Amino acid sequence: MARGDGRTAFAYLTPALLVLGGLMAYPIYQLVLISLFDYGQEQVSGGAPLEFLGLGNYTRLLGDQQFWTVLWQTVGFAATCVIGTLVVGAALAVLATRVRPWARMLLFLAALGAWATPAVAGSTIWLFLFDANFGLVNEVLGSTGFSWTFDRWIAFGLVAAQVVWCSFPFVMVTLYAGIKAIPQEVIEAAALDGASTARTARSVMLPLLRPLILVVTIQSIIWDFKVFTQIYVMTGGGGIAGRNLVLNVYAYQQAFAASEYGLGATIGVVMTALLLLITIGYLRALRKSGEEL
Amino acid sequence: MKHPGRLVAELATVVIAAVVAFPLYWMVLTALKPADEVISADPRPWTLAPTLDNFTRALTVQSFGRYFVNSLVVALVVVVLSLLMSFLAATALTRFRFRGRTTMLVMLLVVQMVPVEALTVPLFFMMRSLGDTVPAFGLNHLGSLVLVHLAFSMPFAIWMLRGFVAAVPVELEEAATLDGASRFRFLWQVLFPLVAPGLVATSVLAFIHAWNDFLFAKTFIISAAENQTLPLALQVFIKPDQNDWGAIMAGSTLMTIPVLVFFVLVQRRLVSGLAGAVKG
Repeated sequence: MARGDGRTAFAYLTPALLVLGGLMAYPIYQLVLISLFDYGQEQVSGGAPLEFLGLGNYTRLLGDQQFWTVLWQTVGFAATCVIGTLVVGAALAVLATRVRPWARMLLFLAALGAWATPAVAGSTIWLFLFDANFGLVNEVLGSTGFSWTFDRWIAFGLVAAQVVWCSFPFVMVTLYAGIKAIPQEVIEAAALDGASTARTARSVMLPLLRPLILVVTIQSIIWDFKVFTQIYVMTGGGGIAGRNLVLNVYAYQQAFAASEYGLGATIGVVMTALLLLITIGYLRALRKSGEEL
Repeated sequence: MKHPGRLVAELATVVIAAVVAFPLYWMVLTALKPADEVISADPRPWTLAPTLDNFTRALTVQSFGRYFVNSLVVALVVVVLSLLMSFLAATALTRFRFRGRTTMLVMLLVVQMVPVEALTVPLFFMMRSLGDTVPAFGLNHLGSLVLVHLAFSMPFAIWMLRGFVAAVPVELEEAATLDGASRFRFLWQVLFPLVAPGLVATSVLAFIHAWNDFLFAKTFIISAAENQTLPLALQVFIKPDQNDWGAIMAGSTLMTIPVLVFFVLVQRRLVSGLAGAVKG
């Protein structure tokens, strides 16, 4: 290593380090800090002194019935989205291996379209399709006037369907590539040994695809746990009286609608901690399956 | 013998592809329909009188064109800056050995796991005070959006470009040095073009990230209507009970088309780029 290498490396890294330090690391520190204070509209405008609460915001949050409702709703909603995405994505990946290229091309193009649609635009289109008065779905079903976003669970279901629509392509494309990467000889060997198609899929292909399935599962969990745009746009900011809230939207509403910045930051910390737990589980599972980092 | 099964599978594929693509078809169709057909009680899946009225209304009345340019500026500035900075950082992390290198790599991974949505509160106050000294990067200015999306897109970009930089043989750098090329020239005239496939994949992801952002635009651009971006502008259309669906769908189309075109153009390179990053 030549002299001055360290300095060159440092010079190359400086811009990135400045941006990441200033806009990722520092805000994370600030997030934790704000969560320890009573930080509302009066404190922001300087009308009242900052009051250090320690873990006060946390005890208040954990003692709040709404927080637990929102937390369980988030878990349920994310789980529905993840399962839907994986089932649809995997089924279509298998289907794609069974058809001729022209049909596969059609499927992939359609999926690419859903994938590329910006979340706000996608949510708006779905909102229009399911509009109570002018929506196509109500016209076809003959249920004009029926609101798909009024009932809590129907609204959640509709948003989940939208999320599945725009996130299954990632799973489908990844798993399709994975299936295609399995050497043909392995499958032929299994067939020669008298294994049925179902048996080959279960005992040969599934174990080979396991690491990939794990990756898309965890990736989906991380994404679906923090859905913001779809819920916000489709339920109008979390539904009537906030009954369609998920953690992300809840944090936003507490901070920016109710001016409870301290509490909003606290929810942010809780969400980050939960996601980090999931991620650690992910990394451990990866290591177990023999994947190199 | 196998063919009947395959035909059924292909029929199913066509139906599924149609269902998946249908929302997009309906969006474009509605955007092209005349006003009375949009709210007709008997909507038809085609139109005999396509018109650009909805687009004109969206672009003029709601000054959608302005927001389109805003979104484009933010996304493009983010892409260019993020590529330059990430390329330099990735080179430093692959071509040099220095203390703290491994720690930085681990930090890069950890930072990618942080839900950036949780950072709205601290970033909001940071941008507020930044605006006191540098107004262009403060709240209500596009600069604030550029800053946050730059930071959000970089960890992944650095991580991905690392694999591409590592794939360029060290001998090439030695040869270039022997030929008298300065480090600077090697960097920009040899290395930079060689990692181009990786740059394509990363720039697409950075572009889409910045283009699609709703949360930060909503948080930062509070009162300056002229500095809004597309995702926010679309929200302005949506009013309880009397939505102008024709214009809304025209706006959605304008917002979706650039991403769609971008995606289709680079999908090959995107896939090979992602594959390269995994291999690296």
